Amino acid sequence: MRLADRHRVAFSALARTPLRTAMLLLATAIGVAAVLMLTALGEAARGYIADEFQSLGTDLLVVLPGRTETSGAGAGMMSGATPRDITLDDARALLRSSAIAAVAPLVVGESPVSVGSLERDVTIMGTTASYAAIRRWTMASGEFLPDVDMDRESPVCVIGDTIGRELFRGEPPVGRWLRVGDRRCRVAGLLARQGVSVMVDVDTVVMIPVAMAQSLFDSAGLFRVLIQARSRDVMPAARRFVLDTFRERHHGEEDVTVITQDAVLKTFDGILGALTMALAGIAAVSLLVAGVLIMNVMLVAVSQRTQEIGLLKALGARRSQVLALFLTEALYLALLGAFAGLLLGFAGVWLLGSLYPDFTFHPPLWAVAGAVLTSMACGMLFGILPARRASRLDPVAALARR
Amino acid sequence: MWPTVSPQSRSSPSADGAAILRLEQLTRTFAVGDQFVRALDGVDLQVAAGEYISLMGPSGSGKSTLLNILGLLDRPTSGEYWLAGEQTSTMSDDRLADTRQREIGFVFQFFHLIHRMTAVENVELPMMLAGVPPAERRARAREVLQRMGLEARINHRSSQLSGGERQRVAIARAVVMQPKILLADEPTGNLDSVSGGEVIRIVEALHEEGLTLIVVTHDQALGSRAHRRLLMRDGRIVQDVSG
Repeated sequence: MRLADRHRVAFSALARTPLRTAMLLLATAIGVAAVLMLTALGEAARGYIADEFQSLGTDLLVVLPGRTETSGAGAGMMSGATPRDITLDDARALLRSSAIAAVAPLVVGESPVSVGSLERDVTIMGTTASYAAIRRWTMASGEFLPDVDMDRESPVCVIGDTIGRELFRGEPPVGRWLRVGDRRCRVAGLLARQGVSVMVDVDTVVMIPVAMAQSLFDSAGLFRVLIQARSRDVMPAARRFVLDTFRERHHGEEDVTVITQDAVLKTFDGILGALTMALAGIAAVSLLVAGVLIMNVMLVAVSQRTQEIGLLKALGARRSQVLALFLTEALYLALLGAFAGLLLGFAGVWLLGSLYPDFTFHPPLWAVAGAVLTSMACGMLFGILPARRASRLDPVAALARR
Repeated sequence: MWPTVSPQSRSSPSADGAAILRLEQLTRTFAVGDQFVRALDGVDLQVAAGEYISLMGPSGSGKSTLLNILGLLDRPTSGEYWLAGEQTSTMSDDRLADTRQREIGFVFQFFHLIHRMTAVENVELPMMLAGVPPAERRARAREVLQRMGLEARINHRSSQLSGGERQRVAIARAVVMQPKILLADEPTGNLDSVSGGEVIRIVEALHEEGLTLIVVTHDQALGSRAHRRLLMRDGRIVQDVSG
């Protein structure tokens, strides 16, 4: 039997029962579309996180007190021992390296902030002028903290967009005074609106000089030190310098942790990559279900076409020819279903993209190829049983069936 | 191009001519529940090329079982069957299928046409299985259908044809591969007398051209037209009359 004839016969058999064929195609299509859409979702999450970290800059090092901190709570906190503080002098010492471009110490706390009778509790970030450059923040108006010595407590502050609107009620805040705890400071600048960045809502913070924050919260230690290396290439050198400096200054003890953006990014990437795979796996189950459906319907088709199969055998069809005919049908179902699934899936991905424009939805190529191949493999695998049954029918019994 | 036959098969056949079929002590046993039923019980038969044979007998006498074995649709339980000098018991399933395709044409009581196909497509079916190119098989199918007087019905679906027309399409399908043997199982059993007569005229014309014809029938009138008449009872051939 010629290949073209085999395809024609298989196709005409499917076309004869359009509703049943359409249902089977839909089942396969939903499976393929699910793989595409779910992996696109997973990839979108991964891309989003990667972008967030990218916005921090890939040449960034973060120093935190205590060794090997893996969560918000330091190792010291967990064991009850307090690690040695990182001081402003420590931070200043880091600037000696040629591999380091900028250093921004950071103190974080909560404090009431008020203007006249309006007051709210606000996240206070104490830092220096370098911080805006390292985080690549831009100003809506005014300027960031002044570039003066770290120790100096200039009475100035920079506020987020929401704080500006809420406390100054639409009045331009730059040049006005506000009260932070028991101190007064003049608003030097208003941050451009940027929403949540790396888990912090930038629009609701007030930034003050680091020395002022230290005396406000009565703490000599720094929460973090952000360090910008001169380039990505000198990151290892910068990291080594940081560790050496702290060991030297802390009496030979390596009691700080240095995190690079790359390492954090890699961790997230790994987790979200696994999530994508898990989603793909779940979606693949629906492809299996579609395969079982194909098998079911093909079995029904074989029993409905028993007489026809008997006739083909009487006319000289070999077992292998009957087998090939039914397998071709199953393959057609899987292939057409996969194609419909691709259309459906890409339409769904496009819809997701237009509903959530902040995310980039793109099903990964491996998922597209994997979905199509899995659906074909399912079609073949589940097509074999009915096809074998058809090929083994006894022609006499098959023809006798009325 | 129409069934090419050798000069000797065109000549009047006789039992001592070249045997196209030979059966020796053929039995066929079926399991029915926990019992065995002997549908064929030691059948010996020799058929020469070009013979016209009717196979008659009461229901359950083994006619259809014998026809199925002759057509290689079924295998005997014991005994030997030579087809055109070849022992069939040693043939593989594929070989049986190929031999069936080449040597044997079937005509059934219930036509067994595929309804979704047109007359010409039904006739093309065995050629399609044999891998004949589309243009060639279409031409051959048309030619055979014309000979059956169906030129006006070539593109009708089988559901649009009368019983007699359907059987003529089925005959066209049976002979389009130019087989040596035509096996007909109650070919007129489902037709009125006019259509039945037409079908008989056609198969006899084919026989005239050299085809070996074996007809299973209950119809005494049809059976008596054959040159050799076999009567079966309880799985045996009890009467074999020629002339």
